[in-house]
Amino acid sequence: MDQSKIRNFCIIAHIDHGKSTLADRIIEMTGLLTQREMQDQVLDNMELERERGITIKAQTVRTVYRADDGEEYIFNLIDTPGHVDFNYEVSRSLAACDGAVLVVDATQGVEAQTLGNVYLALDHDLEIVSVINKIDLPSAQPDEVAQEIEDVIGIEAMEAPRISAKTGLNVHDVLEAIVRDLPAPDGDPEAPLKALIFDSTYDSYRGVIVFMRVMDGTVRRGTKIRMMQTGAEFEVVEVGVFGAGRMIPCDQLSAGEVGYLTASIKELKESRVGDTVTEADRPCSEALPGYKEPQPMVYCGIYPAETPRYPDLRDALEKLQLNDAALQYEPETSQALGFGFRCGFLGLLHLDVITQRLEREYDLDLVTTAPSVIYKVHKTNGEMIELTNPSNLPDPSEIDYMEEPMVEAEIMLTKEYIGSIMTLCQERRGVYESTEYMESNRAVLKYRLPLNEIIYDFFDALKSRSRGYASFDYELCGYERSELVKLDILVNHTPVDALSFIVYGPSAYERGSKMCEKLKKEIPRQLFDIPIQAAVGSKIIARETVRQLRKDVLAKCYGGDISRKRKLLEKQKEGKKKMREIGNVEIPKDAFLNVLKLDEE
Amino acid sequence: MEEDLGIYLHFPFCVRKCRYCDFLSAPADGSVRHAYAEALAREIRAQAETAADAEVSTVFLGGGTPSYMEAGDLAAVMDALGSAFRLKADAEITMEVNPGTLDGDLLSFIRTYVNRVSMGVQSFHDGELKTLGRIHTAREAVRGISLLREAGVTNLSLDLMTGIPGQTEETLKTTLAEALAHAPEHLSVYSLIVEEGTPFFTLADEGRLALPGEEAERAMYWDTRCALAEAGYASYEISNYAREGFACRHNLRYWERKSYLGFGTGAASLRKETRWKNTPDLDFYLKNSGNPGALMRETEVLPLRARMEEFAFLGLRKTEGIREADFASAFGIPFESIYGETAEKLRRKGLLAEEDGRWSLTERGVDISNTVMAEFLLDA
Repeated sequence: MDQSKIRNFCIIAHIDHGKSTLADRIIEMTGLLTQREMQDQVLDNMELERERGITIKAQTVRTVYRADDGEEYIFNLIDTPGHVDFNYEVSRSLAACDGAVLVVDATQGVEAQTLGNVYLALDHDLEIVSVINKIDLPSAQPDEVAQEIEDVIGIEAMEAPRISAKTGLNVHDVLEAIVRDLPAPDGDPEAPLKALIFDSTYDSYRGVIVFMRVMDGTVRRGTKIRMMQTGAEFEVVEVGVFGAGRMIPCDQLSAGEVGYLTASIKELKESRVGDTVTEADRPCSEALPGYKEPQPMVYCGIYPAETPRYPDLRDALEKLQLNDAALQYEPETSQALGFGFRCGFLGLLHLDVITQRLEREYDLDLVTTAPSVIYKVHKTNGEMIELTNPSNLPDPSEIDYMEEPMVEAEIMLTKEYIGSIMTLCQERRGVYESTEYMESNRAVLKYRLPLNEIIYDFFDALKSRSRGYASFDYELCGYERSELVKLDILVNHTPVDALSFIVYGPSAYERGSKMCEKLKKEIPRQLFDIPIQAAVGSKIIARETVRQLRKDVLAKCYGGDISRKRKLLEKQKEGKKKMREIGNVEIPKDAFLNVLKLDEE
Repeated sequence: MEEDLGIYLHFPFCVRKCRYCDFLSAPADGSVRHAYAEALAREIRAQAETAADAEVSTVFLGGGTPSYMEAGDLAAVMDALGSAFRLKADAEITMEVNPGTLDGDLLSFIRTYVNRVSMGVQSFHDGELKTLGRIHTAREAVRGISLLREAGVTNLSLDLMTGIPGQTEETLKTTLAEALAHAPEHLSVYSLIVEEGTPFFTLADEGRLALPGEEAERAMYWDTRCALAEAGYASYEISNYAREGFACRHNLRYWERKSYLGFGTGAASLRKETRWKNTPDLDFYLKNSGNPGALMRETEVLPLRARMEEFAFLGLRKTEGIREADFASAFGIPFESIYGETAEKLRRKGLLAEEDGRWSLTERGVDISNTVMAEFLLDA
């Protein structure tokens, strides 16, 4: 494969500026196979793949473009996820590219995510081609937007193709710009194999399918490979490329190419995103930079709403883990919730994604407990325990001191929001480190923050206080000694272990009051008054009362309209089904997660 | 055996919509009301063909404001009813009237066709009436009562309301006293419910409606019950009170699941264990009322489960409650086997009382009767 005829790129855009429409258009306007591949009867193989029912997880696609110069070019369009929890995955996808197509909406101009994405791309030394989309809309101002791109982002945009991805207008110019302006890869096909894993998926027939970008060297069926981080070795069964919606096997993949390999790999953890694939017999001298172990940062308990479904939950977690190496879990028991699992996640979004998949794909009703980070508890007897479940905190008399995980946070933002974001970081116990000005309008704030201050809702608070114009990334940077206490919530004098959490001592009162207030709103009134209390140790620090239900009566059934009455009763019954009885009190199962989402006031 | 029927006639018109009302009614001009009466007569005649053997023991003219219709139009509807159906000699024929709409023609219609009148008074305080958006004053209500008595109405019911914004236990007390002074045979006292889509809902949502608190409203309810009991009115249903022998037979049909046919827009029916409602669309109704089948909406043949549920949640509205024996004879299954556990749980919580196989709401059970009744819904 002639590397000068390959372009590896991603599309970056603010939400709704037309990223996926443009991707669809590019796929439509290019072909699936090169002329040579067609002669090789690749299609026959593909039918076979389809019968085996293999689908592709990532939206990564290889297409063939016949350019105006008469040559065929291979386009590898690599998709990127879009949330801070998956920043690492995004960075690995970007590392697999040589360039990026920046899409800006001609009616909206440069927006918050546009900037965030551009800076990420520039961090990875990607060449950027800008494209102005939606010029078919009456309110389009392509010239003004081009000027804005040059002023705000500082990249050339006057010549940017002005297109409508929706109608296909001028998309041809984008294809030509990709050929003309994005660099071709330049690896050495003869060097020892060095390929970057940027994604992977699990297939029950073939095991793990590794998605990779070959930097140097060549890999083919039979190559003995080694994963440089995990050390695992395999023999390649098949290599191939990503057609639109299907996998197309090929003879080999060499420097500059993007594709997949299978090698009877049984577990996803043996091929981790960011790892380097090399040859077992002729390894490259060093692994590609940037690899990180998948590291759960947030833990929470997950319980079936109905106890008998515990085995179903266990099976579902087992299956999900095959596809998601970052998910961790182990069994635990809660007085309030029965049997369940303590699960580890990359962040809150990851937690959300997993719980939703469990509920949708496995038809489970779940109760989730307060998310927690990992605390180090140093006991007076010299022992140290890593605490992922607040309920396991030893008696205060046995504790010498505690440490909590800290992160180094980098917040990218436009200047006008520096004040409000600094206030936010201060509120979250942040320690200011530095401000760097990128150019006239952009700055990077660096803060050292306790992880437990950002796991709940920091991202949302950041977005709302910067009207979307701030983005952030964080990295764990060790543990610090801190004044931490366990806050318990009591409903009708019964502690709800699922709601206990560790909190910075001086914040306990405020957090406790907020929890009580929120829980009060979540618990429907019942037959008796229900006290809701927050306690540190034996000391009650906040209290609310859910007053007993006094009136719930339908005065009248108009003209014998019974179905209306029935609907009302059915609604009540439906609500009750979603309850969980704790200490004689019925608590809606959503209450647990809802009370933990502390609002931005 | 003849089929026993109740008949409900719906008149979806009113002079002006009250601010708490979410029922199917709206102002309309005279020609529309006249056309509606003709359409009702068509529906009655067509429906009667399916009920040749039926005997009608109750008729209820409700609304909206039936008394807002022209007396001549009402007479035509009643004539159609009388010739299409067999009305029992002792049939109870109730009409709802608004004190603001009584005139000589209407009174003579009442004298000829109606033997029970339910008058919407709501309150004897003009401030409260104004808040509710009623079109009449307290004085007009008093005058209306004497006019009806003069017209020979010997079975009179007054509708009152508790929980009116601004109402207090004191103002309710005087309203009740005034009502009792007129010695009606029957009283309905409804708690105001703020329904979505009404002006009251918007106001309440904005916090601009001075509704009595729940405690105060419940106190008003029990004050009422107590005052009326002292005056010789037994509470026979959550919101209804009557002197001996004057319970509303038509309303009892609803709680006892006896058949009734509803005529007019939006009217609900229960017949042969099937429930349905007529179309709420006035224009459609006017064009198609001669073809009752085309009017039917939300038709549901009640499965056994729904019938048992209704037996419980409708029957419990009555002060006497439900009898295990009636359940067994209606469904051929012991009450115990379906509801034994539920009823016992509610009894332990102090919401139901049981005596000789008869289950009824306790006072606390009445206050939160929806919560209690919801427990009687069975899992599908």
